[in-house]
Amino acid sequence: MATQTLDTKGMNCPLPILKTKKAIKGLNSGETLEVLSTDPGSVKDMEAFCKSTGNTLVSSTENGGVYTYVIEKA
Amino acid sequence: MSDNQKKMTIIVTKGTLDWAYPPFILASTAASLDVDVTLFFTFYGLQLLKKDLSHLQISTLGNPAMEMPMMGMHMTMPNLISAIPGVDAMASNMMRNLIKKKGVASIPELRDICVESDVKIVGCQMTLDLFEWSKDSMIPEMELGGAATYMAEALESDINLYI
Repeated sequence: MATQTLDTKGMNCPLPILKTKKAIKGLNSGETLEVLSTDPGSVKDMEAFCKSTGNTLVSSTENGGVYTYVIEKA
Repeated sequence: MSDNQKKMTIIVTKGTLDWAYPPFILASTAASLDVDVTLFFTFYGLQLLKKDLSHLQISTLGNPAMEMPMMGMHMTMPNLISAIPGVDAMASNMMRNLIKKKGVASIPELRDICVESDVKIVGCQMTLDLFEWSKDSMIPEMELGGAATYMAEALESDINLYI
């Protein structure tokens, strides 16, 4: 179970990433954020975001057009 | 700024609603990736630093690539029609509605995020003088500078773009 959930459904690039950054800021190291998105472009973007910021992308899944990411704060 | 932090600068030269997107999207996203960003607004780009952005428009004139979804098809605007007063305003309203409908961030929203994420915003002093715009009509986060200010930032940056 993630520490916090962020719903960005309906938002387009780059909003899911910008909102994710803001939400991660409020977490402590080791805590996790679950992000929901309907933007297909967010799959690659979330990978790139985690790679650049050093946070861990624990999982990236898709179900019925909704993408779910779990990110662990570094 | 730490020694290994990446740096980016963008020279922003265009002041239309559509061309406002690339610099603000890249700047806000780069800031979210912990990049130190400087935006230098010059000539028409300086429009994007006015407090009120509701006047921003797109120009359909000479833009054959602009297709807008309308009534189940895609519309392009012949130059002859683009030249009629009011057409740009109408097309700009259509664009704003489309942006909202598709969940795309508005320009004021992206600019606010840039300001919140400490993107450095430099306005061109010469442009301000040239067009006789008052500093009071611009957002308070704007610092004024010139070509040398930009060069000092650009010389120590990893990415320098001109938009």
